[in-house]
Amino acid sequence: MPVQILKEKFTGTVQEVVLGATKEEGGTRAYTVKLGGSSTLPFLQYEGSIPNRPVIAFEVWDVKPDWNPCFEPYYGDVWNDPAAWAKKAEELGADVIYLKLKGADPELENSKTPEDCAKVVKAILENTGAPLMVEGPGHPEKDNEVLQAVGEAAAGENIALGAAEKDNYRSIAAAAMMGKHCVIARSPVDINILKQLNIMITEMGIAPDKIICDPMSSGLGYGIEYSYSIMERSRWGALIGDKMMALPVVCLAGSEAWRAKEANAPLEEAGPGWGEQKPRGIMWFIWLLTG
Amino acid sequence: MGLTGLAIFKLLPKTNCKECGVPTCLAFAMALASGKTTLDKCPYVSDEAKESLESATAPPIKLVKAGVGDNVLELGDEQVMFRHDKTFYHPTGIFIEVADNADVAAKVDEINGLVFERVGQKYEVDGVAVVNASGNADTFKDAVAAAAAKTNKVLLLVSEDAAAMEAAAAGVADRKPILYAANGDNYEKMVEVAKKLAAPLVVKGKNLDDLADLAGKVGYKELILDSGERETSKVLADLTQIRRQAIKKRFRPFGYPTIAFTTEEDPYMEALQAQVYVSKYASIVVLKTTELASLITLFSFRSNLYTDPQKPIAVQPGVYAVGEVTPDSPVYITTNFSLTFYTVQTEVESTRIPSYLIAFETEGLSVLTAWAGGKFIGEEIGPWLKDSEINEKVNHKNLIIPGGVAAIKGKIEELSGWEVTVGPREANGIGSFAKLKLGGA
Repeated sequence: MPVQILKEKFTGTVQEVVLGATKEEGGTRAYTVKLGGSSTLPFLQYEGSIPNRPVIAFEVWDVKPDWNPCFEPYYGDVWNDPAAWAKKAEELGADVIYLKLKGADPELENSKTPEDCAKVVKAILENTGAPLMVEGPGHPEKDNEVLQAVGEAAAGENIALGAAEKDNYRSIAAAAMMGKHCVIARSPVDINILKQLNIMITEMGIAPDKIICDPMSSGLGYGIEYSYSIMERSRWGALIGDKMMALPVVCLAGSEAWRAKEANAPLEEAGPGWGEQKPRGIMWFIWLLTG
Repeated sequence: MGLTGLAIFKLLPKTNCKECGVPTCLAFAMALASGKTTLDKCPYVSDEAKESLESATAPPIKLVKAGVGDNVLELGDEQVMFRHDKTFYHPTGIFIEVADNADVAAKVDEINGLVFERVGQKYEVDGVAVVNASGNADTFKDAVAAAAAKTNKVLLLVSEDAAAMEAAAAGVADRKPILYAANGDNYEKMVEVAKKLAAPLVVKGKNLDDLADLAGKVGYKELILDSGERETSKVLADLTQIRRQAIKKRFRPFGYPTIAFTTEEDPYMEALQAQVYVSKYASIVVLKTTELASLITLFSFRSNLYTDPQKPIAVQPGVYAVGEVTPDSPVYITTNFSLTFYTVQTEVESTRIPSYLIAFETEGLSVLTAWAGGKFIGEEIGPWLKDSEINEKVNHKNLIIPGGVAAIKGKIEELSGWEVTVGPREANGIGSFAKLKLGGA
């Protein structure tokens, strides 16, 4: 009995966004990456095109991170030097470097100035060829100052600046616009805010092909189902033609997954039947990537 | 559902006899259309109408049951493509393989021992798949009997040799095992074996066309589907097609639960492959690995995915200890909406200051929603706090409340005699809050 394959007739396509700029394009990146572009749901090749694979960005901090000790053997030799760390991430296979400027957090002692941050970004750009994404310390006013300096320092490189949020998007979007960079639009696991924020940012004059959405990823066991459904709903919205949901998505899986007790608890503090920490942490993390 | 209320109404007796418990035939038709009632409530419906209505109002995917007693596994009966459309009902059954020529008893003991506990839930493997790896009927029969003797979990018998299946299945006839599999060559005999046991039977096609053909012609309704595909993205595509055809087209040959097998050798890759099938849309997934990290993540993901998005998930209200608490430990309060609670709990834990965390009964609403709804306000929290068990646990009366509801501070203080500190607005501010105000690490 021949089965008539049932295809969804989608009218929309996810916006394609290019990150990075090569020499010819006015930057110094060795290559650029394309995000988005799909005209169907993930893996359903029979009903649409999925031109761009997801790219893997490696998280790098500008200060030594407070991560689980199981990372030390891999990054312990470089995590005091962000440029060396970024280089190592690239060697380990990162498509993109995701720099978190944690050191600029105003609540830290010796909090880094915007100029310090700009220097870190320049050093990373000099030391690597991968496209770059940069996130501020997560403090509204400091984010604005820091990202403006970073945007200027990286002019022409088409990096991504983040995170623009509903109550604090103007300065960051403006910094991105000034330096012709992309902007990361972050919404708190809320599809309405996701769309609203994209509209507000585009209304400032930023083209949709310069916006990457971060709908915020909840960890496995900590609400992953909310993120899962928000992503399914927004992707469905995109495919049926809503352009303000049709932007590529970034998931900051590392920081979410490694917050979970299940990823971190050493064997002696673990729940019944949990097993060793390292494989558990790795699996907890990978789950967020694929879930 | 396939028919509208009006279309169903045309087939009803239209006598408004009320014996179905609904005032009119039209109202009954509407209830039928939305799946709120069943046709057997109508005593006067004609046989002819019954037949056309039953096929139209039957669930798009049949509910199939395997196992007996406390270990009945319900499969299928799903109604939507996406959990956000409504909810998913029957979590994917997780089975682990045992080869019939290996040490079956030891392996089944190991599978029985795979019990995980997290966030108050207990996860266990649902079933044991005994595989006729030896190709020998006697070995298979003995292995199935050995597995049955060791566990009450659902049994899945894997052999495409109908004679071997008949012999092995006879030994576990009272367990309602799942039989795998009927194919184009053996299906007549396999169906006969399955019918004898009234057991669910997997039909295995060479592809979707062959599967539809087989499922349509076997003349047995306790079926589970396998398209025969084994490459991850293609299995996903087939499972999606099967679900779509069943739900959107009500294509009967695909209106059954499904089964998928992992092929990856590395236990972590295998778990990821299984995760794809749990997401889209396997009713059963069969794995080889017994690796703890692989399984605890798989179980956790399944439990997350199958939560009902229509209902806020709540934790048990009460006082929770985070770390090695003492009478000096600080006391935080938040709502019992599980996402809020676990987020706050994680942040409190990472302050490394042992603390008490109160999950206040808000019927699973988040802080601001509960506040707006009058469930997380001073008038509720104050009197509760005054008589709470927390008074015996700590030697102070200082409560930390979420910053978003700073306005409730006064009322809580007035009604409880406690002093209130306003905490950060967002959970991720707890770290710096604790450092600043509580002198933490």
